Parts: sequence; structure tokens; C-alpha cells
Amino acid sequence: MNQKYMLPLAGVVLLFLLAYAGVEGAGLQWFFGIVIPYLAVIAFIWGFVNRVMGWADSAVPFRIPTTCGQEKSLPWIKQNRIDNPDTAWGVFIRMVLEIFLFRSLFRNTKAAFHRDENNRLSYSWEIFLWLGALAFHYAFLVTAVRHLRFFMEPVPWCLKALEYMDGIVQLGLPNIFMSGLVLLAAALFLLARRIFDAKVSYISLAADYFPLFLIIGIAVTGIAMRYFTKVDVVGVKEFTMGIVTFQPVIPAGVGPLFYAHLFMVSVLIVYFPMSKLMHMGGIFLSPTRNMANNTRAKRHVNPWNYAVDVHTYEQYEDHFRDKMIEAGLPVDKKE
Amino acid sequence: MSDELKPDELLNKIDHKPDGGDWMDTPVQIRPGMYCYAAKAESVKTLGLPNARPWNPAEDDWKLPENWQEIIHNGIKERLERFRTFKVFMDICVRCGACADKCHFFLGTGDPKNMPVLRAELLRSVYRNDFTRAAKLLKFLPGGEFLAGGRPMTMDVLKEWWYYFFQCTECRRCSVFCPYGIDTAEITIMGRELLNLLGLNIDWIATPVSNCYQTGNHLGIQPHAFKDMLEFFTEDIEEITGVNVEPQFNKKGADILFITPSGDVFADPGTYTCQGYLILFKYLKDKYGLDVTWSTYASEGGNFGFFTSHETMKRLNAKMYAEARRLGVKWILGGECGHMWRVIHQYMDTMNGPADFLEEPVNPITGTKFENAKSTKMVHITEFTADLIKHGKLELDKSRNANRIMTYHDSCNTSRGMGLLEEPRYVLKNVCDNFFEMPENTIREQTFCCGSGSGLNAGENIELRMAGGLPRANAVKYVHEKFGVNTLGTICAIDRAALSTLMEYWVPEVEVCGIHELVGNALILPGEHDREMDLRMEPLPGKEDIDE
Repeated sequence: MNQKYMLPLAGVVLLFLLAYAGVEGAGLQWFFGIVIPYLAVIAFIWGFVNRVMGWADSAVPFRIPTTCGQEKSLPWIKQNRIDNPDTAWGVFIRMVLEIFLFRSLFRNTKAAFHRDENNRLSYSWEIFLWLGALAFHYAFLVTAVRHLRFFMEPVPWCLKALEYMDGIVQLGLPNIFMSGLVLLAAALFLLARRIFDAKVSYISLAADYFPLFLIIGIAVTGIAMRYFTKVDVVGVKEFTMGIVTFQPVIPAGVGPLFYAHLFMVSVLIVYFPMSKLMHMGGIFLSPTRNMANNTRAKRHVNPWNYAVDVHTYEQYEDHFRDKMIEAGLPVDKKE
Repeated sequence: MSDELKPDELLNKIDHKPDGGDWMDTPVQIRPGMYCYAAKAESVKTLGLPNARPWNPAEDDWKLPENWQEIIHNGIKERLERFRTFKVFMDICVRCGACADKCHFFLGTGDPKNMPVLRAELLRSVYRNDFTRAAKLLKFLPGGEFLAGGRPMTMDVLKEWWYYFFQCTECRRCSVFCPYGIDTAEITIMGRELLNLLGLNIDWIATPVSNCYQTGNHLGIQPHAFKDMLEFFTEDIEEITGVNVEPQFNKKGADILFITPSGDVFADPGTYTCQGYLILFKYLKDKYGLDVTWSTYASEGGNFGFFTSHETMKRLNAKMYAEARRLGVKWILGGECGHMWRVIHQYMDTMNGPADFLEEPVNPITGTKFENAKSTKMVHITEFTADLIKHGKLELDKSRNANRIMTYHDSCNTSRGMGLLEEPRYVLKNVCDNFFEMPENTIREQTFCCGSGSGLNAGENIELRMAGGLPRANAVKYVHEKFGVNTLGTICAIDRAALSTLMEYWVPEVEVCGIHELVGNALILPGEHDREMDLRMEPLPGKEDIDE
């Protein structure tokens, strides 16, 4: 057993039990339902803003995009305007594709080494990481947006439309929301990759397993409440409306599972800004992707550029003058 | 000894599945054949860089300053403020593993710390420990320290940095596949800058840098010797073509200053590429009156300063603009080189510009404005030659290259740090009929490094180089067997040297050449006699029996 994932797993189970027992045993609904979520939201906003401001404070001294296609050069050579953009518009398209479709990950290949008389290295297209990642992120997004219905009265039409689409596979009662199940399945896939792929397992840290277990815990408790324990939705809505209108109430009839779910969400958003999950903000600021490849056409200014010691031509000629004259090379000073 | 390692033995060592354990608890073993010798004190001193002294990586004591940890700490801090790349890349990696099998060093060695993500983690783990608020907060929670994933800066960590940051050629292939564009080259650059603060450079970088600074080029060729060497080529060319190509040096008022890596002047097969340039310039002078000058002061296109620190890069690069200004040329033309072009394309104007004393480059023969170079005012020779060919300005005899069955190696820097993909192919196809591409996952932006870039082209680390070059060689072998390819074309001086050794090791039937060597063979000089030899002084196709 690998403690890199056993400890985070134990940690998440413990967090769950803490909230569950705290509510069920000690009646700490107000603590897990009101105090913690408010603090978590404050910590999230403060931490997120801080992190992004910290990045923005750092200079961008050089324009160093990674170019993934033909540059703009002679008029008859076709430029790849997206993968090697030279305009802001090209960069915008590149970023949109990167952020919404994970374009770079889409290119992923898998290397294989065939030990036979040819000893060939081959590279095949590897789409599963891209698929898993895309499914995970979009399911997460839809699930999160869907939850906004708890914080709004009346529920706006666009949320209802989203819910309708999410539940379009009409199975059972209540309707199955695909997003929750896809989220859980994708998270389990990403977890399995980390555990069973030797390379990914070797590079994984506790900090990679912890958020995965946490998200799996959140998804499982959510699904359990909706389909199995049938949480008192009216009570939950009363609670969440109380939270957003700053008149918190603890409704009767909402069980400890709900508070455990909420507590894990709170932990996730507190942990978010201090972890790798900040890739959500960082991708917008990545200089190898968000800059145009036009450095030779348009000068980029380095805010901290400073003068350096150089070996001047005069010093050079002083050093070599005799040899240069003898070799018939032109010189600036004859003696 | 590692240099006797046979290809089969090297292949047998490769295992791409790391066997468990925790990488943080696996100490580095500095193994002969995999590292380069330490920088000589004298070279470090010439440049005025810190801690010049003799030292040996294989010994325990690296003779570091007392407060080395403080120097590293402050060095990281300063660079986090100066480089957004560094700060963002330290924070956002999710360790998805997409980069893991994209690195030629990982594919060739199977060493898990050559996975780009782990190479970066070597530095990131220290960053997390010393610089993140998360580490400070998590420390108060049970298991928090474990979750933070940091480790303190120790001598073992420093040795690990040194070993692995000099096992990365800054080729950026991993960066193409990273969903956040994390560029390991950028991290290696920072890592090497930090190591240089303690005087921990390798000699294959430090001595060329010192030579370049003092003498004008990496090889330390003095002005009269530089002239001599080009005159040797002139004599050879006269023997081959009957025409004296008469190169010009340090000429004030010339139209164009030409700068290429000194490797082309010094070592085969780069020398043949250099002869190609000489033939082209002679042709353009006789036909169109174009006046091109070479410089002995700015006689280096390459920039090993780039592999030392941003500051050192700037100090060496400054000569290009300084010389162009002194000579009063209109603009600068650059020869075939990889990292030279990364520096020119992405750094030069910012560091040493603006070049307002030069003109926006226009090809006086075709009238083409090089719009993409209008600020930096430096044009790549394949952009220039492609433009000439497109406008029908060169008289070419392809049949002189008919014995060459070509494939083309994209250099890392010109493909992923510039995007110069079609220009060299266009030139190549116009001077040679037989051209076959390597498999698509090994060319263009997905090209594999020669395994010896970024200053690692030494002799003592030959096992590393042959292992790192395996993916490239493997793709060449494929087209050699499938299409009978016998020549690997490239536009990089380091490639010309490194790939020659690499081919000898893995695919001995394949030779390496520069694109302008083929141009030199094909170009019909005014007044030339009937050529019987190519630039290598080997019989031209169809003239083989003359010697017999």
C-alpha cells in the first residue's frame, strides 16, 4: 500500500466522519452549516485573488511563446495562425481552444518501445487522458452551475434549461443527472490512472490524491442524497437561501449527510487557492500560450532590462590590432 | 567505460516503467558518461561570474560558499519576481503526466527523473517548502506537511539539480503537450542560473562563453585565423568550381552583415554549409551586386550564454548589433543555427534593441519586405534563400545532389521557438529531388532533439548524448530502411556536429548536411567550369568513373 494515497484517503474519510459525527452526535449544525461555509468562502476569495495578483505582479521580460506550427514569414508561405499566432486575435483563438477544449492535451501521444530486430520507438495518439479530463471538468462545471438553483429564487430559465438537458436521459425518479455520474466516473478514472500507470504513480504526490478523494467524496454524498437517502430538498433550499441572504437558519429534517457534503465542499474551496487546483487561474497567465509570436516584428520591452558588461569592438581591436593588420583585416585605429 | 557501450547494451538498459518508491528519497548518483566536466576556474573568472575555483562533480566537496543556501534562496526569490513564467510554472502543474514520455532523455534513458514533470519537481519541491503560504499554513495541521509536498534545500538536492538540469537540452518538446504550456526549458534555464550563482557551470558551456566574450566566437578563433579558415574554403571552392568567391571581412558600408555559428567555420560537416554560404554570396554579388560582409568581432552566431544565464546571453549577443552599427550595414542576415535563432527571434531585440540604426530588411534583389523581421532587422538565411528561389533569382542544377536521398530534421529552437518549418523544406526541395519526411510525431513542432543541445555536446557525456538522441536516430533509421534515405539535412550547427556522431552510433549509413551545402552544390556560379566534385570533394553523380 502506498501512503501517498492511503493517507489522503484516510484524511478525507476523517473529514467526512468529523462533520457527520459533529452533526449527528454533537448537534453542531450551526458550526458545519454556517460558520465553516462563510469562513471557507472568505478564504477562497482572498486566496484566489491573492494568488492571481501574485502572478500578475511578476514581470514578463521576454516574449517566449511555444510555437506549434508555421510562423508568419513570406507572403506565399501559409502560416498556422492559431498554433503560431502573430496577432492578438490569433492568441485569443489559441487561448479559447486551450481553455475550453484542452487543445494541447488533445495532441497527447503514447510512446512504445518495441524490442525486436528493429527496436522501433513508435508514438500513437493517446486520447483517454484528454477525454477523461474534459469529461471531468465539464461535468464539474455543470454540476456546480446546477447547484446555483439552491441559491436563487425564482430559479432562472437558463438553469432550468441546463437541468433539463442534464436530465434528458429520463431514467428513474428523480431524473438521473448525467453530470454527477460522469463527474464520479471521470474522477475514478483519473484516480485509477494515478494508481495503476507506473509513470503517473511515480510522479504523484499526496497533493494529487487528496483533491481527487475529496471530489469523489463530494460526488458520492451528493448522489447518495439525491437518489438514495432522498434529502429534504425544501429544507436544503431554505437553508441555502438563508446563507445567501445573510439570515442563516438551520432547518429541521436535513440530516448529517448534507452537512458532511457541505463540509467537504468547504474544505475543497479553502484548499483550492493554496494548491495545484489554481491551474484554473494560471492557464490564463501562461506566457508560452498567451503571447503572440511576433517578437522580430514588434519589439517587446523588458521592464527590468539593465545594462551589462560587454567586450567592445575597441577592446577587441586593441587586443588583436597587430594580428589584424598583418592579416590584412581593416582596423579602425592604425596604431 | 561508458564510451564503449554498444547500441544494444544501451537499448537493454531502457525501462520506461519506474519501479515504485518515492523519488524524493532516491538520492542522485552522478554517473560517468552522463555528466559534463566542471567549468574551468579561468573561464568563470574571465566572465566575472561567481565562485571561480577548480572543482570536481565526482567529489563530495563542491567547494561552495559558506552561505550557499541563502544565495539559492535569494536567487529563487528574485527570479520569481522577474519571470512570470517561473512563478506560474512553479504553481500550476497538476502532474497529469502528459509530458512524461515526450522527453528524448526519458525515452532514451528510462531514468524517471528525466520525465519533464519530475525535472521541474526537483525545483518545485524546494519552492513549495520555502516560498508558499500553503506550506506555512499546512504545517499546523496533522499530515499537512506531507500534503504540502515540499523538501528543504540540501546538498543532495543541489547535486540532483546539477545532474538533471544538465540532462535537459531545453528543447521544449514537453511544452507542446502541456495543457498549461509549462515549459521545462524555462525551468532548466532558471535552474542553471541558480547553479551559476554558486559557480556550478559545466566546462563545455563556460569555456566557449569565455572565448566568445574575449575573442568573438566559441572556439576562440582569433581574427587572422578566422580569415585564414574562410580562405581555405575559398581555395577549395576554386578547385571545385574554378571561381574565387572572395569573402569580405569587417567591411564598412556593406549592404548586409552575415553572422553564423563558428562551428560552421571549424568542424565538418558544417564547413560544407559554410562553403555553401560563400558560393551563394559570390553568386549574388556577381549577378546582382549584393555586398555581404563577414565580421571577425561578431564571428559567432551561437550563444552559449543562453545556457548560462539571461545576463550572460545578453553580454554575448550585444556584439551583433554593435558590429552592425559600427559597420553601417542595412540589416543582418543569420546563418543556419538552432539556439542562435531562438535568441535572435525571442530575445535579441528586447535585450539589446531597439535596432533603430538599421533599416527594415528588404531583399534588394526581389524587393520582398521581410515584414516578420521589421523590428529586430535580422533575417534567417532560409527565409532569404527561399525568397530568392521563389522569385527565380537563382540558377540551380538539382542533378548535382541526385545522390542524396534526403530527410529533414527540424531543430528544436527553430521549430518550437520560432516556427521556421516550411522555408528550409522549400529550399531543400528546390535543390534536391529526393526528399522523404520522417514520421509525423517526430518532425515539425514535435521534432526530437539531437540529444546534445544546450551546451551538452561534450565528449565525456557520450552515453547521455547517444541515449538522448535515440528517438531522433530511431526515426531516421525508419526512413533509411523504408526509403533508402542516406542524408539527414538540418539547419543547426550543433545538429551538424551532434547528429554526425549520433548517426555513426545508431545509423552509420546516413550522413548529415546543412541545407546550404546542397544550395552550394546546386547553384551555378557565373563563369564556373564543369564541376566534377561536390563540396565534399567527392565525385558528383554521373561523374563517378572519372577517377578510375
